Amino acid sequence: MADAPINVEAVDAGLRSVGYLPGESTALVAFLAVRLGKPVLVEGPAGVGKTELAKALASYLGRMLIRLQCYEGLDEAKALYEWNYRKQLLRIQAEAAGTGWDAVQDDIFGEEFLLARPLMSAIASEEPVVLLIDEIDKTDQEFEAMLLELLSDFQISIPELGRIEARTHPVVVLTSNNSRELTEALKRRCLYLWLDYPCAEHELAIVRLHAPELPEAVAAKLVEVIARVRELDLKKPPSIAESIDWARALLLLGADEITEDVFRQTMSIIIKHRTDLDVVADRVGVRLGLASGPA
Amino acid sequence: MSLPAGIVDFAEALRVEGLAVGTSELLDAFAALDEVPWSDRGPFREALAATLAKSPDDRRVFDLVFERFFFRAAEEQAVARGVRERGEQDGRQIDLDHLREQAIEAIRAGDESAMRDLARLAIAAFGRRGEGSGVLGVDVQRIRRALELRTDGRPREDGSEPLTRDQIRRFERQLRRELERAQIARTGALPPARSLNELDRALPSGPLQDLAAVHRVVTQLKRRLATHGHESRGRRSHAHVDVRRTMRASLQTGGVPVVLKHRPQRPRRPELYVLCDVSTSVTSASVFFLSVLHALHDSFRRMRSFVFVERISEVTELFARERSFKAVSEAIGRDAGVADVSGYTDYGRVWHEFLALVEDDLHPRATVIVLGDARTNGRDPRADVFARVAERAGRTFWLNPEPRLYWNYGDSVVRAYAPFCELHECWTTRQLEDFVKALTRPQNA
Repeated sequence: MADAPINVEAVDAGLRSVGYLPGESTALVAFLAVRLGKPVLVEGPAGVGKTELAKALASYLGRMLIRLQCYEGLDEAKALYEWNYRKQLLRIQAEAAGTGWDAVQDDIFGEEFLLARPLMSAIASEEPVVLLIDEIDKTDQEFEAMLLELLSDFQISIPELGRIEARTHPVVVLTSNNSRELTEALKRRCLYLWLDYPCAEHELAIVRLHAPELPEAVAAKLVEVIARVRELDLKKPPSIAESIDWARALLLLGADEITEDVFRQTMSIIIKHRTDLDVVADRVGVRLGLASGPA
Repeated sequence: MSLPAGIVDFAEALRVEGLAVGTSELLDAFAALDEVPWSDRGPFREALAATLAKSPDDRRVFDLVFERFFFRAAEEQAVARGVRERGEQDGRQIDLDHLREQAIEAIRAGDESAMRDLARLAIAAFGRRGEGSGVLGVDVQRIRRALELRTDGRPREDGSEPLTRDQIRRFERQLRRELERAQIARTGALPPARSLNELDRALPSGPLQDLAAVHRVVTQLKRRLATHGHESRGRRSHAHVDVRRTMRASLQTGGVPVVLKHRPQRPRRPELYVLCDVSTSVTSASVFFLSVLHALHDSFRRMRSFVFVERISEVTELFARERSFKAVSEAIGRDAGVADVSGYTDYGRVWHEFLALVEDDLHPRATVIVLGDARTNGRDPRADVFARVAERAGRTFWLNPEPRLYWNYGDSVVRAYAPFCELHECWTTRQLEDFVKALTRPQNA
């Protein structure tokens, strides 16, 4: 396991070594998160590498990644802990008759009968872990409120058992697509990182990293086209993940230039809505045709 | 000024601009500053941003304030200690062609410190110190033209790639700063601190270029409405027992239904009648507003939209069919039959026609929303007819895209309609959101 990093450059190099190219502020915030032991709230459009950041951080720090995927209706029983009801029942039945109620009660509300869910296992783990709470904006506000105790004090209160304190401090990464405003209370406990679509150079580096065999000229063109597509008003603008997919597809097809034809055939990799397809074919495809036509 | 005091002042400056910076954030900021080197501007700024600015909007404000605050702080010190820069360039000795080339080079490379140096040289060469126009923006543009930095994106004469608008804008920012610095050095005093322009956060008013922004607002709004419903409905149980969930819960107690599960309350889904003024004075606001409502279509049981200028016409179909703003606004302008879009609004006639169209459909569960500036161009407001509409409908809202300050001035007759409806000011996205919340609040809540 890697030691706690000593400076920002170490984090930057570490994340690069596991295949994640951080922007300047990304490395810095990750470094602060590890040093200060504060959760990080990462926001940004879909597919800019929010979840990847947590994964990369885990593999760089040599920690296990525990992931809690949020959705509407997620509750404590699925996120924190649950009593193993069947086991409790068996315990009661197996108990010889005549045991007092008190003895049984003490017995069946022990840690042995607790089913640890992601949040609980994250703080109960012997080794420090990276806890990823993905798409926190999909849950309702009650759930956010429940997280507060965990995020600020790294402890969980269980009515029957009392307080369970963290054995080790996890690095917590929360991601959000910014589809709704999170509560102030939650934000106050977190460091904030806004990830946006990267600039052309940065994206080029990312594409080159994931599809190294793609000729540089094609990759540069690809990044340029993607940037142009993002400027249009689309339902779903292409993300970095889609740039990478597209790069791989071009590689498979053996394309050594992005022409209008190639673009039209492979467009569906980066555009996922029918109405968007029309707009993009109109605005970008035609321009590609013009650019390569006279040459 | 010591650093802690400086940071506290900075936090105060952020609070003035509306960021919620609490003590705990400040403590975090100090803790973060302990961990990063201060010698470099980048990490210093990012560490503060990560702890103090907690949304994209906040971040934008933060960047602006950061820039201004530390620029002013440095200049203040310079003035206080009488530091002046030596070796100022004499404008006559600079080779202009060479300067132009260097500037283009630096801008293309995006080298901030080179750009700053060149901005100074350019000011020395073209600035005519002491007799500039006195308005920074004008001077910036004058120098940009003198350097032959064109923003039209045409290829340059020597055939090299044109500079992008963005690159030039970055250079302009440097120019502006250096000009300001020169001004402060000249006068020996700081200009009064100004707060950020309020318009910076206003509703996107040019609907076509801000489409993406609008759609983002809409998705957020949708999401917020979904969760907002939960919160305001609370955990109050309803009269209906949910048999399926009760049976499921009873498994835990050996099949005995100890805990009753109730059906959740349904959120209010009103029937909407939306009337939108589309005359030129309010077009951008109304087209934006209509599309927001249509994007939120599933929150409402039934929705009919009308647009009016001199006359009224129904456009429900049109919105169901078309998605893009451009198509919609063109179609409204072309064949909505509202007479001339550039014509004068005739509210009296509009109420009459509206009542004739929907009189039989209106009922107490229906909600009527009017979006308009209530400027009648001197015609009779016919508030009595409007009162009849309001009486037949359950609730009536009026959204005015003008700031409250302008109401009832000139030919605005908001006052005449006020007794019959709930009036809302609506010219920022926040106000719009508040309104949508009010609209979807559960019944009897």
